[in-house]
Amino acid sequence: MKYARIEVRDRKGIFDAVAGGLKKDIRDLGVKGVKDIEYIRVYSVRGDFSGRDLRRIAEDILTDRVSQECGYPGGFGTRSSKNAHVVEVAYNAGVMDPVEESVIKAVKDSGLTGVNSVTTSKRYVIKGALSAGQIDKITDRLLYNRVIQHIVTRREDEKAAAPYRFRRREIDLISADDRILQGISAQRQLYLSLAEMKAVQKHFKKLGRNPTDCEIETLAQTWSEHCKHKTMMGAVRYNGRKIGNLLKETVMKATRELDRPWCVSVFKDNAGIIRFDPGHDICFKVETHNHPSALEPYGGAETGIGGVIRDTMGTGRGARPIINTDVFCFGVPDMPLSSVPKGALHPKRVLKGVVSGVRDYGNKMGIPTVNGAVCFDGRYTGNPLVFCGNVGILPRRFSTKKVSPGDLIVAVGGRTGRDGIHGATFSSAELTVESEAVSGTAVQIGNPITEKKVVDTLLKARDLGLYAAITDCGAGGFSSAVGEMGKDTGAEVHLEKAPLKYRGLEPWEIWVSEAQERMVLAVKRKDLKRLMNVFRSENVEATVIGKFTNTGKLRIYFRRHLIADLDMSFMHEGLPRVTRKAVWKRGKEDKSILPPKRADLTPDLLNLLSSWNVCSKEWIIRQYDHEVQGGSVLKPLVGVNNDGPSDASVTRPLFDSNKGIALANGINPCYGDIDPYWMAAGAIDEALRQIVAVGGTVENIALLDNFCWGNTENPDQLGGLVRASLACYDMAKVYRTPFISGKDSLNNEFNTGTKTVSIPPTLLISAIGVIDDVRRTISPDVKGPGSLIYVVGRTFQEMGGSQYFRVKRKKGGMVPRVRPHGSLRLMKKVASAIKAGLVASAHDCSEGGIAVCLAEMLFAGGYGAEVSLERVPRERSIDRDDVLLFSESNSRFVIEVPAEKQKAFEGAMKGVPSGRIGRVSEGRGLVIRGLGGGNVVKTDCGTLRNRWKKPFERLMHEQS
Amino acid sequence: MNKVKTIILRTAGTNCDRETAYAFRAAGAEADLVHINTLLKQKAALAEYHILAIPGGFTYGDDVASGKVFANELKAGLKEQLSGFLAEGRLIIGICNGFQVLVKMGLLPGAKKRQGCKIEATLSLNDSGRFEDRWVYLKRPGRDICVWTRGLPEAIYVPVAHAEGKFIPKDAGVLEALRKNGQIVFRYARKEGGSPGYPGNPNGSVDDIAGVCDPTGRILGLMPHPERHVTYVQHPNWRRFGRKTEEMGIGLRIFENGVKFARG
Repeated sequence: MKYARIEVRDRKGIFDAVAGGLKKDIRDLGVKGVKDIEYIRVYSVRGDFSGRDLRRIAEDILTDRVSQECGYPGGFGTRSSKNAHVVEVAYNAGVMDPVEESVIKAVKDSGLTGVNSVTTSKRYVIKGALSAGQIDKITDRLLYNRVIQHIVTRREDEKAAAPYRFRRREIDLISADDRILQGISAQRQLYLSLAEMKAVQKHFKKLGRNPTDCEIETLAQTWSEHCKHKTMMGAVRYNGRKIGNLLKETVMKATRELDRPWCVSVFKDNAGIIRFDPGHDICFKVETHNHPSALEPYGGAETGIGGVIRDTMGTGRGARPIINTDVFCFGVPDMPLSSVPKGALHPKRVLKGVVSGVRDYGNKMGIPTVNGAVCFDGRYTGNPLVFCGNVGILPRRFSTKKVSPGDLIVAVGGRTGRDGIHGATFSSAELTVESEAVSGTAVQIGNPITEKKVVDTLLKARDLGLYAAITDCGAGGFSSAVGEMGKDTGAEVHLEKAPLKYRGLEPWEIWVSEAQERMVLAVKRKDLKRLMNVFRSENVEATVIGKFTNTGKLRIYFRRHLIADLDMSFMHEGLPRVTRKAVWKRGKEDKSILPPKRADLTPDLLNLLSSWNVCSKEWIIRQYDHEVQGGSVLKPLVGVNNDGPSDASVTRPLFDSNKGIALANGINPCYGDIDPYWMAAGAIDEALRQIVAVGGTVENIALLDNFCWGNTENPDQLGGLVRASLACYDMAKVYRTPFISGKDSLNNEFNTGTKTVSIPPTLLISAIGVIDDVRRTISPDVKGPGSLIYVVGRTFQEMGGSQYFRVKRKKGGMVPRVRPHGSLRLMKKVASAIKAGLVASAHDCSEGGIAVCLAEMLFAGGYGAEVSLERVPRERSIDRDDVLLFSESNSRFVIEVPAEKQKAFEGAMKGVPSGRIGRVSEGRGLVIRGLGGGNVVKTDCGTLRNRWKKPFERLMHEQS
Repeated sequence: MNKVKTIILRTAGTNCDRETAYAFRAAGAEADLVHINTLLKQKAALAEYHILAIPGGFTYGDDVASGKVFANELKAGLKEQLSGFLAEGRLIIGICNGFQVLVKMGLLPGAKKRQGCKIEATLSLNDSGRFEDRWVYLKRPGRDICVWTRGLPEAIYVPVAHAEGKFIPKDAGVLEALRKNGQIVFRYARKEGGSPGYPGNPNGSVDDIAGVCDPTGRILGLMPHPERHVTYVQHPNWRRFGRKTEEMGIGLRIFENGVKFARG
């Protein structure tokens, strides 16, 4: 077999954007002295090929001869020298490299058959007088991540995989004492508690045998916090009150009691399903991928979004994914490098990696990302949060599924490898300095094109009625997918049939691997041939790996050896129930705490606009395709220059209909530190406000929850979680907005070796609403001079957790309450006014209060305003301008009304607090007069806009 | 001829196929979504169509370079059929990834084809180094020979969404020939006129080139997405105008032109 190395680089005179970006990052690291960087793509080709073949591969396929040049068969031969340092980065064995498959295809298409394998690597030549220490710093911080990559030190020959020899392995559990049980759990990374290990032991004692490795791994996956939601679905003793099942008695109870007719499937399928129009349903799911993103931001985020897309693909009998939404919580992105704890990545690197991962996967799948949010707090540094969501649409007749005994189990899509082993169990572990070494296999790289091929063919097969049920391979891989689908029937699987990426996997590894882009179908035997043809026609791999039975048992075979024989009932019901203790002690909220009084609040407003939680996220948003599929009719960036912030997004999913989908997220971790109850209530109110602000109605909004908490073994942490859950129930009941799906991620903390840092309790509420006619929706940018500005909703002295306090480094204060009955009444009135065409623009008032809300509307629209705080509806005791401007009381909107609609609008607002505070002016100046009559803010919308855009421009060294 | 038939060619990673089909249907054509494997099995089927559209997406992940692997596949598998298709006077449009494919096949721009020059240009990584989605103004040069843009207003408003859209001609001779032949169809521009700079020119394209046609004017390739702006509610600022303007839904006109020309 021959080996050749083909290297490709940009020609001289062509601007190398990869190298350009890298230079900026190196400057950020504080490394000086880099003169130039050369970026080289390396392809290592193996097989039987002639010199002529190689020339065609190198020059016609791998090189763009207009802008690039290539060197082969030995590359350019660049070596490290005093002032040129060569670093080459390659993927670790077993990590997916999508490029290899594409290159092999191209080679074959060109009629060259002798190439057996292609591997890729990246080579950087860093020029300048740099020390070894500086090169190491650049390499470690920027060029590679040891979780998935390594530095190439010499030519790598293909390691011949040792032939695999099967041996049935049992784990000696029956004779184990407590210490050994715990040892087994730890050593195998099962993350099962002692009580759980004992339940397994007891079960097998009764059977009179030991479990196999495959059985114990299956139980660990099935019983993981990730799959089973042991805490949320568990019993809690909360301040003396007994709650049997936290989720069922709060979030799900609201849904059950509300019993809305348009809820099609709730808390049952991979995503919640609601009615869209007479012919279609839509489904929505949001989940997190926090721990993998902490270790490998790009791969973690990629597989996060890839996974949630598969959730909707696996809902009912399969939905078409149409909208992505992403919400992130990061450490402060400009924190000094020296303050980043060991074992954690710098927040800016996490941010860039996560954004690229979500971008690449979502864009390549062709799904618009139209909505999102980003929160910053130092406590997310070691444990960032990455929420990924997806909406799918499906014809109503496909909203159900049914598995019957005799149905074949068909695995579709990507092959199985050792990647993603123990993802489900790892997600429940605390992150530590060592996590990257211990749990590296839990992290993977995705291949969006594989998933796109799967969805294309799957929808064809669905429409032809060729399968009866479907689910995705997510956490726990086949183990969870088949285990779930066969729960009520039984299943028999022959693992040697599963297509593998490479040899050498233990059967249990095949069974629990979370390799990406795989779906599992239940197929009637008579449909198999046609089904296989559909997949084959577009080069998608599909394989029968077993069948569903009527035994009530999960039986797994490997080359005819029975390696697992588990009762479905024990798998799904055998988990011992524990009652956890939860405590909540109400802290004292001192309403009167305020920063010193200042006459001119202009600097405060400008600082707020430039604070990380408020500032423009355009740098992120622009990297997502918001337009693909052609459905985006209210975009994430709005206004005269398409750069202002929006509230909910609006999508028109069907070309021949004006019905739409509004999507919004409510999140504010700053409130959770004071009281998670009001954080949860506020997040719900915020998500609803955003949809109302664009022209939706509360009447047909469904909610999703995503709880991210610290260690809930700690009664205080669990107490907070209970409070947030109770708020979900209370609010949903009043607003009549059912929860249709949700997720929780616990144990979000980072152990630095000396202390444990918990994330702030964080609840993301995602809201989805059906819009009757997108042509009646509005955007938040002000439309024209002369129109009137109103504040609707009452302002209270609720400064606790506000961005104003954060900027002022002030602690304490009262957290914003939600008064849901009044809020509902108000939102209904605002919605009707918008529907009646009385409103030119409206914006949800949240972080930064009225001041930020108004500023955003103005600079988005490109006009100034003259405003007085005198008529802002407010709690009577408020006597300070900063409170009126910056308090973050819930249930408020700033609304622009055309002058000729004044009477009608004021009539429509009868019965709710509303005040006309001023008007949009012809010029660009903004003047706000305070309660005393003097100016408290005087600036112009250009300055407001610049200050709002500045932080990311500076962070990324860019000017727009 | 009554019905104009359009083939929307798909493969792994194509993702703008449905909205492109919709645009052609809205323009009065029939549109079939056909996977490359199907066409390669029945190559003669191409001749049944009047228009070939290669839509946007990330074919084969844009691995190696955007559009490259798909271009290679088409060159290897459909060369004759495509020559025949063009010899019949039929139309081709490549949008975004489709444009990249046409350029990397050597079908565009073809300015000095007679002199034996094959690959005359490329579309490479944006100067910003990353994918960007934004709305841009395109202006038509004074004179072009493209059949797809006849009668369009001087400026149109459409979104771009790509990472590799920087148009680079092979050399000054190619650029000169493009200008002389009237093959430059769209340039990134400021609405008020004048050189756009970044981000008006979102990728750093040489001479602000956003779209080109071949010397016959029948093959059009462009980075922006007219199929994403065929109705007014897709315009980012339709709410700021009191009424529908000519600017809104302008992308449809390009498809209508193609269909009209194909109808003869």
